[in-house]
Amino acid sequence: MTDKLVVEDLHKRYGTNEVLKGVSLRARSGDVISIIGSSGSGKTTLLRCINFLERPNAGRIILDGAVIELKKDKKGDLSPADPKQLQKMRSKLAMVFQHFNLWLHLNALENVIEAPIHVLGLSRGEAIERARRNLAKVGLSPEIETMYPVHLSGGQQQRVAIARALTMDPEIMLFDEPTSALDPELVGEVLRVMQQLAMEGRTMLIATHEMRFARNVSKQVIFLDQGRIEEEGPPGEVFEHPRSDRLKQFLSK
Amino acid sequence: MIDLIREYWQQYLWGTPGHLSGLVITLWLTAASVGLGFLLAVPLSIARVSKEWWLSHPVWFFTYLFRGTPLYVQLLLFYSGVYSLDVVRATPALNSFFRDAFNCTILAFTLNTCAYTTEIFAGAIKATAHGEIEAGRSFGMSNLTLYRRIILPSALRRALPAYSNEVILMLHATTLASTATVPDILKIARNASSDYYLPFVAYGIAAMLYLTISFALIGLFRKAERRWLAYLRRETK
Repeated sequence: MTDKLVVEDLHKRYGTNEVLKGVSLRARSGDVISIIGSSGSGKTTLLRCINFLERPNAGRIILDGAVIELKKDKKGDLSPADPKQLQKMRSKLAMVFQHFNLWLHLNALENVIEAPIHVLGLSRGEAIERARRNLAKVGLSPEIETMYPVHLSGGQQQRVAIARALTMDPEIMLFDEPTSALDPELVGEVLRVMQQLAMEGRTMLIATHEMRFARNVSKQVIFLDQGRIEEEGPPGEVFEHPRSDRLKQFLSK
Repeated sequence: MIDLIREYWQQYLWGTPGHLSGLVITLWLTAASVGLGFLLAVPLSIARVSKEWWLSHPVWFFTYLFRGTPLYVQLLLFYSGVYSLDVVRATPALNSFFRDAFNCTILAFTLNTCAYTTEIFAGAIKATAHGEIEAGRSFGMSNLTLYRRIILPSALRRALPAYSNEVILMLHATTLASTATVPDILKIARNASSDYYLPFVAYGIAAMLYLTISFALIGLFRKAERRWLAYLRRETK
């Protein structure tokens, strides 16, 4: 099977602080890859470099066989040479954020149809049809369609955010610690939705602190430590037989 | 007093044949300057928050200039000052524009309210949650789409309370127009007052009219806020 996403030797520095020291990974269609590691290990930065919310300093990203053309900007960071290619690429990579990042002035349904209409060019009717299907899929009742984000619980907001990402019909979904900002009793509802997506064969990259979830759902687990991949492999191997001291230490916490 | 009202009510309110009433002139001055000011302020506020200095600095200078000088001085500059320049008189287009007191007034008012509105909008744009902008980018929105669909709709809504204040202040500021011979409510009141030596009645009527317009404006803005700021209301339905 062909690779959907290839990340090669990604480096990212903030000043003198090197957050990513050469990270590579590849995701095939249907892969669910969990990225684990302590806070500050570079999980979030890795995901954000993949869709260029952060500019990497070095490395290569290949999506669906197409290399993203990069050029050095004034600060020495790499940024995509062609804004059109960047936008096209981003529309295939839908991100779910730790703090949901819903558009507060739009109600739940409007949040979900916004990008499909104005980025993908779907008709309003088509977008609404897709949106309703996905809102139902993440377990939200039709009554919440007209509610604004501040009137929803954290778990509901994050599920709207997942429906918003799904409605882009993305090649790959990026989850940036999607349950870290939730009250403990709301974590389950979001994880269940993600598990369902994994079973449907969605290609997913998940930065997470939920070890049990990572073990049950992932096809591959990557342990990041101080900006390097310390260990990677199928969850059985990584969780049951950690080889490095760092991972042993991390898992024992 | 009855005589004053009998003679002047039409000039205050409805106008006489061939003349617009003070009320209409005041409303027109407010609507034109606020409307034009709004249209200019939207692009200017985007330029004001731009990372490119050659976009943001000139706008900063413009708002500094117009917020740093009294509106009355600005009006006098445009009304008497500009027309005294030889270049203006020698250029037919400028000559005919600046000869008209109404044009000068609208120009001064528009630029003044535009400066304040630009700062209000720029503040609201800067306060847009970073996460919402990132979400837009992450789904592949271009800068144009991001501004058109996310940043401006959100910022303009949040700016509404401050903006309504600016509109009401502008309504009150239109009274300066009377000093440039524009026959607004206050000008009519002055005429009535000097005709009948009843300043309390003449200006009292003017005050009532301004109060009524303010009341209507406040009502309109409250309605607008209920509609467009519903998403900020904390209480659940």
